[in-house]
Amino acid sequence: MKLLNDFIGWVDDRFPLIETWKYHLSEYYAPKNFNFWYFFGSLSLLVLVIQIVSGIFLTMSYKPDALFAFASVEYIMRDVQSGWLLRYIHSTGASFFFIVVYLHMFRGMMYGSYRKPRELLWIIGVVIYLALMAEAFMGYLLPWGQMSFWGAQVIVNLFSSVPFIGEDLSVLIRGDYVISDATLNRFFALHVAAIPLVLVGIVFVHLVALHAVGSNNPDGIEIKKNKDANGIPLDGIPFHPYYTVKDIVAVVAFLMIFCAVVFFAPDMGGYFIEANNFIPADPMKTPAHIAPVWYFTPYYAILRAVPPMFGSQFPGVVAMGIGAIAVVFLPWLDRGKVKSIRYRGPIYKAFLAAFVISFLGLGYLGMMPVTPTYTLLSQVLSVVYFAFFILMPWYTKIDKCKPEPDRVTFK
Amino acid sequence: MKLINKLWMLVLLMVPAMAFASETLHLDAAPGSLSDKASLQRGAQFFVANCLACHSAAYMRYNRLADIGMSDEEIRKLLPEGGKPGSTMKAAMDSETAKAAFGAAPPDMSVEVRARGADWVYTYLRSFYVDTERSSGVNNLLFPLVAMPNILGTLQGDQALEVVKHEGGHEVQTLKLTSPGSMSPKEFDATVGDLVNFLDFMSEPAKLVRYKLGYIVLGFLFILLILAYLLKKEFWKDIH
Repeated sequence: MKLLNDFIGWVDDRFPLIETWKYHLSEYYAPKNFNFWYFFGSLSLLVLVIQIVSGIFLTMSYKPDALFAFASVEYIMRDVQSGWLLRYIHSTGASFFFIVVYLHMFRGMMYGSYRKPRELLWIIGVVIYLALMAEAFMGYLLPWGQMSFWGAQVIVNLFSSVPFIGEDLSVLIRGDYVISDATLNRFFALHVAAIPLVLVGIVFVHLVALHAVGSNNPDGIEIKKNKDANGIPLDGIPFHPYYTVKDIVAVVAFLMIFCAVVFFAPDMGGYFIEANNFIPADPMKTPAHIAPVWYFTPYYAILRAVPPMFGSQFPGVVAMGIGAIAVVFLPWLDRGKVKSIRYRGPIYKAFLAAFVISFLGLGYLGMMPVTPTYTLLSQVLSVVYFAFFILMPWYTKIDKCKPEPDRVTFK
Repeated sequence: MKLINKLWMLVLLMVPAMAFASETLHLDAAPGSLSDKASLQRGAQFFVANCLACHSAAYMRYNRLADIGMSDEEIRKLLPEGGKPGSTMKAAMDSETAKAAFGAAPPDMSVEVRARGADWVYTYLRSFYVDTERSSGVNNLLFPLVAMPNILGTLQGDQALEVVKHEGGHEVQTLKLTSPGSMSPKEFDATVGDLVNFLDFMSEPAKLVRYKLGYIVLGFLFILLILAYLLKKEFWKDIH
């Protein structure tokens, strides 16, 4: 023990070890009233680690070559020791990453975590989300099945609808005139090196920003307003040990659900791994029905809901793009007197409910083939989706809010 | 309350659309079970004897048949001349020759069941019928104008396409056995069932261990969950 203390002392003279530990964990005071929704931040971090570790091992056996990619995935599934487990962890992790991130973002919306002073924290979070979408999209090409190929084809073609520079832009992304070996190689490079580096970097910045401004809580009030004589928030508790032990419970519960999928339903009925992706990529055979993986389908539905204008798909692409980043404007759209949904009035609650329904509904419609009924439904739900944002300055202002409490509600 | 009302609205809006989407071709359920080792072995024997001439299983190694309880000796008997137990299942006919003969290269069977589903393959193999207008002499109800000849025809016998008219002009296409094959319909269905069962195993050999391991992992996590919860409760006693 003395030896260990001496060693820590030696390090601490040369590196702010204890200071960092205190600042981020043992003396980081988080509100004591975190509920269920506050697990998803830590869980996102957990899934990031799962993806990086399983991804490193997959990279050891995967071949980013149009001739060998599909076969190397089957090689992982059959000949690599526990290779099937690694692959299912990684493919399930991709979908779960979006599940926990969507829930994490929704938590922020419900409790107004994007409001002052957390605007920058929120923006960094949206950047993480965008990087995650790029990461998932590029990773999906790697198994080199039919859906990998045609999904990438459809998405990259969207860029070619950009006026003037579109064609050049899509060639730049593909490295070729069609999705090809060159595309596979660069997507592999971006998927295993470039974007993960960016992701880890901005996740770190996200945490630094969080610990600077402090966590919001389900009541949406600042715990820093009520401090004791030592300057410690009265409603705050040290993150370690209280939230570390609490998060361990969430981690284990999460892993149970995660493993249930990995071991018993890795395909998730075609939502996590699509059946068509077990047919090797064939540039000559277009599948009858191309749909992106579930986590992209809300935006895909928005894209298809917008009719082509002046013979160009571009308006749809713009709508899809704005749809994906719309949440970034929330800090400036929300004029509510209170942050948390607990003290909001009925109008805001109705709009938020409509938003959730439109997002889920669009997600469903994005998976379905185009029919006149579905297109009409997509259009209605797209309008609802955007109305939530566009009308926000108005309805948050006129809404009748309840008074916020002075201290957090606990138990 | 509002949320529930809106959800109901959404469901009601989607009902006509869903009714429209569900109108697909009926598939017969494949009868096989991966826990039935004897069925898997019969399927493997049948696959090597009847399918491997044209269809490869390029990701499947012969010695992987040990997973379904086949002995080294049994596996060696299935090998082509000069083949090694560690080699993958290659078709006797190369795909260029096959393409010239049939008009399409026979697809690889390694992951066919994952791409199509076991029920689809089971129904497909039993849905050939006599069609004199085609050079192969047959057509398929599930996969019209398929290039594959009816390789199992001598076992199943000949089927003819019949159009049954229901009341209200609703037409249903069915198949009727016109001349019996070497197997009774029951035997034939069982044989195809074994084959599809084997194809299912081959499409994901890990499936045999995946479930078993899953129960152990979930059991371990459940105990860990209890301990983690008790730990949390102990620490959180001080928070009021």
